[in-house]
Amino acid sequence: MGKKVLMCGNEALAEAAIIAGCRFYAGYPITPQNEIPAYMSKRMPEAGGVFIQSESELAAINMVFGSSLTGTRAMTSSSSPGISLKQEGISYLAACELPAIIVNIMRGGPGLGNIGPSQSDYFQAVKGGGHGDYHQIVIAPASAQEMADLTMLSFDLADKYRTPVMILGDGILGQMMEPVRFEAPCSGLQAKNKKDWILDGCKGRKPRIIKSLILSERELEKFNLKLHKKYNQIKDTEQRCEVLYGDDSEIMLAAYGTPSRICRSVVENLRKKGKSIGMVRPITLWPFPEKAFKKLIKNVKAFLVVEMSCGQMIDDVKLAIDCARPVHFYGRTGGEIPAEDEIIKKIENING
Amino acid sequence: MDKIFEKPESIRDIGTHYCPGCGHGIVHRVICEVVDDLGIREKLIGIAPVGCAVIAYDYWDFDVTEAAHGRVPAVATGIKRSLPDRIVFGYQGDGDLGAIGTAEIIHAANRGENITIIFINNTVYGMTGGQMAPTTILKQKTATTPSGRIQKMHGFPLKVCELLSVLPGVVYAERVSVHNPQNVLKAKKAIKKAFENQIKGLGFSIVEVLSPCPTYLGLSPQDAVKWVGEELTKEYPLKIFKDVK
Repeated sequence: MGKKVLMCGNEALAEAAIIAGCRFYAGYPITPQNEIPAYMSKRMPEAGGVFIQSESELAAINMVFGSSLTGTRAMTSSSSPGISLKQEGISYLAACELPAIIVNIMRGGPGLGNIGPSQSDYFQAVKGGGHGDYHQIVIAPASAQEMADLTMLSFDLADKYRTPVMILGDGILGQMMEPVRFEAPCSGLQAKNKKDWILDGCKGRKPRIIKSLILSERELEKFNLKLHKKYNQIKDTEQRCEVLYGDDSEIMLAAYGTPSRICRSVVENLRKKGKSIGMVRPITLWPFPEKAFKKLIKNVKAFLVVEMSCGQMIDDVKLAIDCARPVHFYGRTGGEIPAEDEIIKKIENING
Repeated sequence: MDKIFEKPESIRDIGTHYCPGCGHGIVHRVICEVVDDLGIREKLIGIAPVGCAVIAYDYWDFDVTEAAHGRVPAVATGIKRSLPDRIVFGYQGDGDLGAIGTAEIIHAANRGENITIIFINNTVYGMTGGQMAPTTILKQKTATTPSGRIQKMHGFPLKVCELLSVLPGVVYAERVSVHNPQNVLKAKKAIKKAFENQIKGLGFSIVEVLSPCPTYLGLSPQDAVKWVGEELTKEYPLKIFKDVK
């Protein structure tokens, strides 16, 4: 077990990527994720990997595409406006079944918005983002420690399912410094595993092609159904969440990332006052932890979704429980952060 | 009897989807001849563009991928940096390289990426139905310049080799043509050099190939090659723009 170090979330994520075997990083500067490329520019050469400051987010994601198809563990990072530019490349990664890590340290939007923390890219991340019938795995850390641990997990999931994985953080998680302990990656060795689909020259084997053009309707439908089957398998096996007081809560908060930290505090404080309240914190946003939400219906009388947006994850909560319980919402947006007393007031209103 | 002419090992034995008189097939074959001559087939990764040549991998018998429109140089950068001892080349058309992908080509060239780019300039978008390309010459009629390309409305034809050759990262830039056998041989020589430069680790090489598109020039195959040789070469002179020793 390594010693504890004080790091900001962005740096913890970058170091974890190196530990997980990431050997290619390309990115374009944008706040609030600039610590990631800065860290990578120093660490990648030390680790024998490649760092490129690209001319644009488009170029960065396509460089990652090129690196990934050689079997290299590859990553790019950006923040909301830059992530919009990467959507083209993410669609091609999904279509070519190439593993890659895309980090989005979300900021306020739409448009240029601001550099405050936000969760307003939830829809873009979990509902597709780019064109075509595809999904990416979306992982939501809530601390610097999780920025590290879940980054390592993300590389394994990307390789296991040959799919792009998005790590969806926000400006606070990226910037905030916390103690972090780097554990050995659970299966980082997968990075070295022989991948039998890569392009590295056809010596001793038949030539391979990695492409996304499938002109025949019959063949493209077949391929889409194959992807769909893979997505269903991911939905079955990779749902992750943390549930707090799941057995005896009448009010259940639902939040991910930074708001989940605030909600945790709300729950603990109200519990002390004898209130029957808990929290469910999705760790995978896609696949959404539907199974855990369904189980909660038995005891829970109402849900309150807290987000740093005008309400995006709330749709998935309603779908997960099939609207079997009232689902309330409290959100702040534009870089503002929900405060504990505001959430408590909202809870009191639900009760009243 | 001695066999004096045969199919390159690197090209697949299948029919062509290209229109009669199209230059792509010639350039595909020339690339394969060079690949065989240099013995690099087993360490080669090619990148097909979006456009008529998107299914170049149907003809090339080595590892090939396909990039999003204009992103060939970025994909090539990712591959080459990850596998520096392999040979990486991109094949791009004029819309791909000269319009939607100008940022990627300029910056790959300016970084001096050790890659080879084969740039097909046939002055039109073939796959989408003959629209104006960045390289369409003035007065040339296309699907989107029905009265001919007019500078005030559409700007000037883009001179890619002239533009890239001023960048210090570029070691070799030459414009060739495939409108007759003599020029095809010159094109082969240029393409070979562009690959040799990469093998030697010299940096970024580009060969621009003037290529006939009879279908969207509205000409017969014979007249199309004549037009390339007599008209297009006036706008796009055939020459070595840069050759850093």
